[in-house]
Amino acid sequence: MIPKKHEPIRIGFYICHCGTNIAGMVDVEAVAKYVSALPNVAVSRTYKYMCSDPGQEMVREDILEHRLNRVVVAACSPLLHERTFRQAVEKGGINAFYFQMVNIREHNAWVHTDRAEATRKAMALARAGVQRVAFHKPLEVKRVPINPTVLILGGGIAGIHAALVLANAGKHVYLVEREPTIGGHMAKFDKTFPTLDCAACVLSPKMAAVGNHPNITLWTYSDVVKVDGFVGNFKVMVRRKARYILEDICTGCLECIEACVYKEPKFRDEFNLGFGKRKPVYISFPQAVPPVPLIDPQTCIELKTGKCKKTCVEACGDRKAIDLKQQEDLKEITVGTVIVSTGFKIFDAKRTPYYGYGIYPNVYNALEVERLVNASGPTGGEVVMRNGVTPKSVAVIHCVGSRDENTNRWCSRVCCLYSLKLAHLIHERTHAQIYNFYIDIRTPGKSMEEFYNRIAEEGMNLIRGKVADVYPDPSDGATGRLIVQAEDTLLGRILKIPVDMVVLAVGLEPHPDAADVRRKFNMSCSNEGFFLERHPKLAPVSTFTDGVFLAGCCQGPKDIPDSVAQAGAAAAEAFSLIDKGFIEQEPNTAFVREEDCSGCKSCIPLCPYTAISFLLDKRKAYINEALCKGCGTCVASCPSGSIVQNLFEDEEIFSEIEGVLAYE
Amino acid sequence: MSDAKEAVVGHGSWTPRIVAFFCNWCTYTAADLAGVSRLKYASNVRVIRLMCSGRVDPQFVVEAFAKGADGVLIGGCHPNDCHYVEGNYKMLRRYRLLQRMLGDMGIEADRVRLEWISAAEGEKVKWVINDMVEKVKKLGPLGMPGRFDRWDQEIEELEAQAREGEGKETVNEKQAEVAHA
Repeated sequence: MIPKKHEPIRIGFYICHCGTNIAGMVDVEAVAKYVSALPNVAVSRTYKYMCSDPGQEMVREDILEHRLNRVVVAACSPLLHERTFRQAVEKGGINAFYFQMVNIREHNAWVHTDRAEATRKAMALARAGVQRVAFHKPLEVKRVPINPTVLILGGGIAGIHAALVLANAGKHVYLVEREPTIGGHMAKFDKTFPTLDCAACVLSPKMAAVGNHPNITLWTYSDVVKVDGFVGNFKVMVRRKARYILEDICTGCLECIEACVYKEPKFRDEFNLGFGKRKPVYISFPQAVPPVPLIDPQTCIELKTGKCKKTCVEACGDRKAIDLKQQEDLKEITVGTVIVSTGFKIFDAKRTPYYGYGIYPNVYNALEVERLVNASGPTGGEVVMRNGVTPKSVAVIHCVGSRDENTNRWCSRVCCLYSLKLAHLIHERTHAQIYNFYIDIRTPGKSMEEFYNRIAEEGMNLIRGKVADVYPDPSDGATGRLIVQAEDTLLGRILKIPVDMVVLAVGLEPHPDAADVRRKFNMSCSNEGFFLERHPKLAPVSTFTDGVFLAGCCQGPKDIPDSVAQAGAAAAEAFSLIDKGFIEQEPNTAFVREEDCSGCKSCIPLCPYTAISFLLDKRKAYINEALCKGCGTCVASCPSGSIVQNLFEDEEIFSEIEGVLAYE
Repeated sequence: MSDAKEAVVGHGSWTPRIVAFFCNWCTYTAADLAGVSRLKYASNVRVIRLMCSGRVDPQFVVEAFAKGADGVLIGGCHPNDCHYVEGNYKMLRRYRLLQRMLGDMGIEADRVRLEWISAAEGEKVKWVINDMVEKVKKLGPLGMPGRFDRWDQEIEELEAQAREGEGKETVNEKQAEVAHA
């Protein structure tokens, strides 16, 4: 089994208790004893926490004392601690790749219930590791330089914050946003919980800073079309949609909007969720960044028919910022790291038809109400319903599209608090009676419970019960009054409360096109569709694609402080890669053993990275190590077995197969 | 097959041995997630980590059967999601061929299985493994190493018979030669 070498193989085997995580289900002493009897094993030990300093130190000392030249650690997943132990092995003076990790926690102790079976399995897995490590060869980690530029996708508060952190550190950032302005959802809010400070007051300066920062290239109204390459060197194709107004020439005077042939705004204003109207040439909101209007080709007469007086062009005059012939522009940029901060979409309340959203005009979703209470919103901050009447009683229904088997199962985390905030704001503006219907009030986080207490003391009616139905008041149909029916589960009574206005506290969802973004960046999504972090606790902003990080609600619902904190963390992760200056690549590339290669060329079309070429003079295949990503597809298909993948050599896998099967 | 099943009746405690080849990025990570989520599943599967399902050499599968596996499970990323663009498609092609070949060798289709399991699908790891263990349990042990021994024995016996036969012939020939002379 073991290849003859000039020096005998001496393996050190270590099995970790991981407190009781492993030792509770696996008889670690028995496994250590079993392994100690295997060929080439010089030392076999157990330890409480192998990843701790004393655990690592034990490996180092054993290497010196027992002249070990191979190490196997049976503990958690290699995705968690392989690197830790490779470093420990290297400190002991042997090559880091003379190491094999055996996963007996995630793949064994945590998923089985029979101690004898789990122990048997641990023995088999340990044996596979011990057999495999004998074939390991010394390898070198490759270093590849990293491009210091960062792409940030999504210009909400998370993207803005990450961009500023990196730009202030002197790194160049491309901030790509698909809407005409940055600001995201936060730009639509009036006040923010729990402090009730105004969102615009904290956001606008940051937006302006992004717009003016010499290190930030801001591309709004743009999206990512294609991504190639790997960490350190991503090639990204960005589509800049035609705005018909040249950003670098426009001064933001907005005279073109004034001069438009449409004297009155006529078209649905998306930023105000349809409550306001806009002209074909418009700006999302006065503080938009960049402060450059755009022309909507669907509604502009000139762009539709070519038969407009073009009063806007006239008004722009010598500045000549309006270019009605502008085409969309494809730009290719090279960046080293990416931060994805694409945010969320609100739950579509039409999916819960019993609440009457889209049927009764006086049922609103929470984001619409955010615009109504906003001083710079379509009503100037006055809470008036679609019929122009100020409500005297308002019901706020929590958990619409959250914590619900039929829609979304997760808690959207922010709804309880924003519902309390909206209750406060509506009450402040209208003195209406407010009824909050909740399943549970969830207020984790700093100052949040205090905020809840404050709102409760203000005299809100907080009713514990899920609303079953919203229907028109039969006695008062003409005014659009509604009856909210729910069971007060604390009193055990059915309530039917007549209200003027119903606010649905809709939950947070992934964007419908999140899957496209995920594919472009080779990320994963969790079951609900939010982007999946590399590890829920230890790598919360990293993804499974090296160099791609997450920030904000695209990873899961969170409030503004958490989004900002996460954005800072993502920026720091990107920065730590950039500042190091190089990427260390796992040396799992493949190479061709020329003496065995028959020159059949069957490997060449299989490589997705065109790393394999054919040497015409020698009539052999050749793998360019710099292009090889180490998937091993060519290795598995070589008919003469002449391709070898480092770290996953055939002999290593075969010995592992034999090892896992060699149990009684 | 029947011999092997009989052998099991003697053992009584046979449980399937299943070797799994999981790709590093999706299925191995999903199995880690199943662990972190403390899902419980049958302990018969032993996972071998590869970077990509495209690395699964058909020889690995054959070798696993030859070394005593009762089933082989291969896990890769969903179509279109491969970390290496298209390694999973390469595996799929090989898998189709391999199934036909294993069928010709008398190995039942349920003994080798290819599944696409994304990094988020810890639950799927659980039910695929449980389902496969159930199916292989129904099939009973494959017992390739035992079969190899028996086949070796048979061949040795046949060889011995042939040698005896040859021996007699040569003796007869010699006798004939002698008689002729």
